[in-house]
Amino acid sequence: MKIVKIIAGIFLVALVLIQFIPVDYNQNDTVPQTDFMVVHKVPEAIQKKIQVSCYDCHSNNTQYPWYNRVQPVAWFLEDHIKEGKAELNFNEWDSLSSRRKTSKLRSIIKQIESGEMPLDSYTLIHRDAKFSKEETEEIINWVTQLKDSL
Amino acid sequence: MKMMKQNVMIAGLALVLLSATACKDGNKNEPAAPMSNEMHQESMDDMMDDKPMNEVDEMAMNNGQDAKAEAILTDYFKLKDALVADDNAKAKELGASLATTLGKLDISEYTDTQQSDLKDIVEDAVEHAEHISESDIAHQREHFKVLSKDVTDMVAITGTENTLYQQFCPMYDGGSAWLSTSKDVKNPYYGSKMLTCGKVQKEIN
Repeated sequence: MKIVKIIAGIFLVALVLIQFIPVDYNQNDTVPQTDFMVVHKVPEAIQKKIQVSCYDCHSNNTQYPWYNRVQPVAWFLEDHIKEGKAELNFNEWDSLSSRRKTSKLRSIIKQIESGEMPLDSYTLIHRDAKFSKEETEEIINWVTQLKDSL
Repeated sequence: MKMMKQNVMIAGLALVLLSATACKDGNKNEPAAPMSNEMHQESMDDMMDDKPMNEVDEMAMNNGQDAKAEAILTDYFKLKDALVADDNAKAKELGASLATTLGKLDISEYTDTQQSDLKDIVEDAVEHAEHISESDIAHQREHFKVLSKDVTDMVAITGTENTLYQQFCPMYDGGSAWLSTSKDVKNPYYGSKMLTCGKVQKEIN
């Protein structure tokens, strides 16, 4: 009993302390002309889904609800944002060649299809980022169409 | 009793949060963004400077740029063979070395249009080769498909000394092609599962 209390206490203190470590927030006011949504005509539902599920890590602008500002969630996000943007940045979409775009769209399809993206660790906290079966189908069909039209 | 329940819940919450950071740490070892071609070229130039004259001459005799396109092909075929052999670990290694070789492609002697095409091809191919260097075999094969297209497009510009065969398997991912130095079909997308699925689609050279 006592040991449970002590361990919980240590965790709690650590949790409070790490809140004071500063974080680099990924935020921007403007949406550049190279943005995916500016370049392509994206159906509203899909646009919203992509923004909610992907843009936090794959654009220059992360939504920070309170739980994303809480450590260690904020760290976890910071790292994934860095990695995510290096892999694909929807804000800079149009700076890619058509070969690169096709390649990225292929990866998007594969990753959503296999359930790798959005990351489980991310949807665990961010429930509305999860794709339902119907949403998965809808988005894959749409992205496939876009890929074939490029 | 209520107090204990609360404590357990707090500990549980803390554990969940900590495991999230653990995941973050685990990712630290992954390579950063792909190095730019310029950087690769610079380091290549440095290497050339250090070499004895006769070796540099030897490379120059081979017309320099073509020698490097051949080096890319050599690495690509090794990678293909590893996938044919279902060898995930070897394909990882070879993916990494192919990414390096790709970055060394000297495009200076091509026309402007060819140069921008080659840059584009290399950039794309490097990314796929890098992914191959850190994925399971199913992923490696997915990336190999696009990589094969990139390498085929590269050969269309650079040419090659050897006769290559473009082979095609209609079953994998709605139909997928690859290059081989031999007419015999050995399928890199299925390996031992369906080793001979496919046909020669085109002869290059």
